[in-house]
Amino acid sequence: MSTATQTRTRVPVEDRSLIQQSLTVVWRNLLHIKRMPEMLLDVTIQPVMFTLLFAYVFGGSINTPGASYREFLLPGIMAQTIVFSCFVVAVGLTNDLAKGIVDRFKSLPMSRASVLVGRSVSSLIHSSLGIVVMAITGLLIGWRMREGVVNALLAFGLLLLFGFSMIWFGIWVGSLMRSVEAVQGFMFTVMFPLTFVADTFAPTEDMPSWLRVIAEWNPVSALTEACRQLWGNGEAAPPDAQFPMQHPVIASIVWSAVFTLIFAPLAMAAFRRRSRD
Amino acid sequence: MMRISPDMTTGRAAGTGQTPAVEAIDLVKHFGDTVAVDGVSFSIPEGSVLGLLGPNGAGKTTLVRMLTTLSRPTSGTGSVSGHDILKEPAAVRRSMGLTGQAATVDELLTGRENVRLIGRLYGLPLQYLREATDELLERFRLTDAADRLAKAYSGGMRRRLDLAVSLVAAPPVLFLDEPTTGLDPRSRVELWDVLRGLVRDGTTLLLTTQYLEEADQLADQIVVIDRGSVIAAGTPTQLKDEAGKASVVLTVKSAADLHRAEQMLRTCSPEVHVEEASRRLTAQADGLGDMTRIADAFSSSGIAVDDLGLKRPSLDDVFLHLTGRRAAHGDANESDETATTEVV
Repeated sequence: MSTATQTRTRVPVEDRSLIQQSLTVVWRNLLHIKRMPEMLLDVTIQPVMFTLLFAYVFGGSINTPGASYREFLLPGIMAQTIVFSCFVVAVGLTNDLAKGIVDRFKSLPMSRASVLVGRSVSSLIHSSLGIVVMAITGLLIGWRMREGVVNALLAFGLLLLFGFSMIWFGIWVGSLMRSVEAVQGFMFTVMFPLTFVADTFAPTEDMPSWLRVIAEWNPVSALTEACRQLWGNGEAAPPDAQFPMQHPVIASIVWSAVFTLIFAPLAMAAFRRRSRD
Repeated sequence: MMRISPDMTTGRAAGTGQTPAVEAIDLVKHFGDTVAVDGVSFSIPEGSVLGLLGPNGAGKTTLVRMLTTLSRPTSGTGSVSGHDILKEPAAVRRSMGLTGQAATVDELLTGRENVRLIGRLYGLPLQYLREATDELLERFRLTDAADRLAKAYSGGMRRRLDLAVSLVAAPPVLFLDEPTTGLDPRSRVELWDVLRGLVRDGTTLLLTTQYLEEADQLADQIVVIDRGSVIAAGTPTQLKDEAGKASVVLTVKSAADLHRAEQMLRTCSPEVHVEEASRRLTAQADGLGDMTRIADAFSSSGIAVDDLGLKRPSLDDVFLHLTGRRAAHGDANESDETATTEVV
């Protein structure tokens, strides 16, 4: 190829759909995970460690009616893992923004939405991997799904739906923060209370009554309770529990929808603002 | 002190009926109360190089970001390859490549993957992309490192990869924001060669730089901006002429001749400066004609001369002249542009 003539000829450009472009971004993000497997620590070693610590250290002293503590614990850990998917997306986005990769993408004739869609999809894949790791760990230590295939899959579906809504929160935070350190500081401060003041690791019945109300209205509790019911990991919530605990599946869907409706516009506006100047 | 030559603002190419490759029309950008760019206009004829010269914070990057559709102007507009940056951003993005200030290569991807990623996002057909990638890696001497992670690349290699990525769709216009910042002198010269090659192939370049030497080396036209405004524009030679007269620099062999040499120079030039320690005399001169006269006078006078040369003002002097301040310097060594003539 002679460069002199080659470079000046018109290059054949095909129109790519949003989906194709998003998939290219997903491919790139997954390559990152492949090159830096330690990125997966948060969905592998970490939750496994949590599971084992809780199951064997606290397990004996927490009373869980209708199921062993390990069965009770697994849906909670899975809910926590999926909530943390917003962490993954925020860190990835902040990194790309700080390193100028987003600018590079934006200077191309491609849909700007595909940067976000690609980021969301790869984060969901990332977190789903965590769910698979959790499920295997759970099966090894005695957790079972007892309510049939449909219900079992429905629970996994709810986890993904909730994860999708949290990703918008992650994009919002990632677009607002200037450094990965800031994202980490903020996310830890928000995520730990959110995932601990809930029925994830201990039943809400034994909490002080004011805290119990907060915990039972916590969307993470609804998600955890929904998974427990769909997998048969314990008794249904007692009659004095708050409304979302009585209808956890519906509540999880509603919470996911509400989060998406609130955070998707905020996230897109913040991303647009951040990447405009 | 606006000093814009008329052919720059109206667009030289416009006069010949051609659309300029890049045009900035009264671009303004405010960030809150700060005015980053304050009404900048210029145009770049197709196939030529415009150097946007200015110190840190002058507004160069903001200008590039507006022209490349990354940032929306507060007012004013511009065009790339005839496409309006506000009305047809997609067409603008199709006809340009951008190499940002920090080399924005993806560190966790290999060199080859970096090129392929951007090519796929452009929508290049796979077969074409495969060939174009190989050709680009070859051209930028990255074939051996093609399958190594960009993380392991040196600064110069990163810049070359960044350029290769920007060129994957062979855009007719290329924006380079401080392409050699942070490079060692050797890599810088290498990159200049690459850029000259692109220009030979017909690519239009807009290049921002803090290095006066770089603009001098590469640009056909230079626009000097400071604090968001154009303070001068023209060819490198025009700018240097503006900064004042040239001078003849003469070194005598023996310090004993200094006084006589000074008196001889005074007959040709109104202003003579003597540095005794280095036996050097500097005399204001009009150009080569003056220098030849001085050379003739000395060769018949019997004063032994070590060195005689014409020193024209560097772009650094231009900047000092225009702003009253020194330009921010990197480690680029300014060459003094001394046309040295041996005197027998």
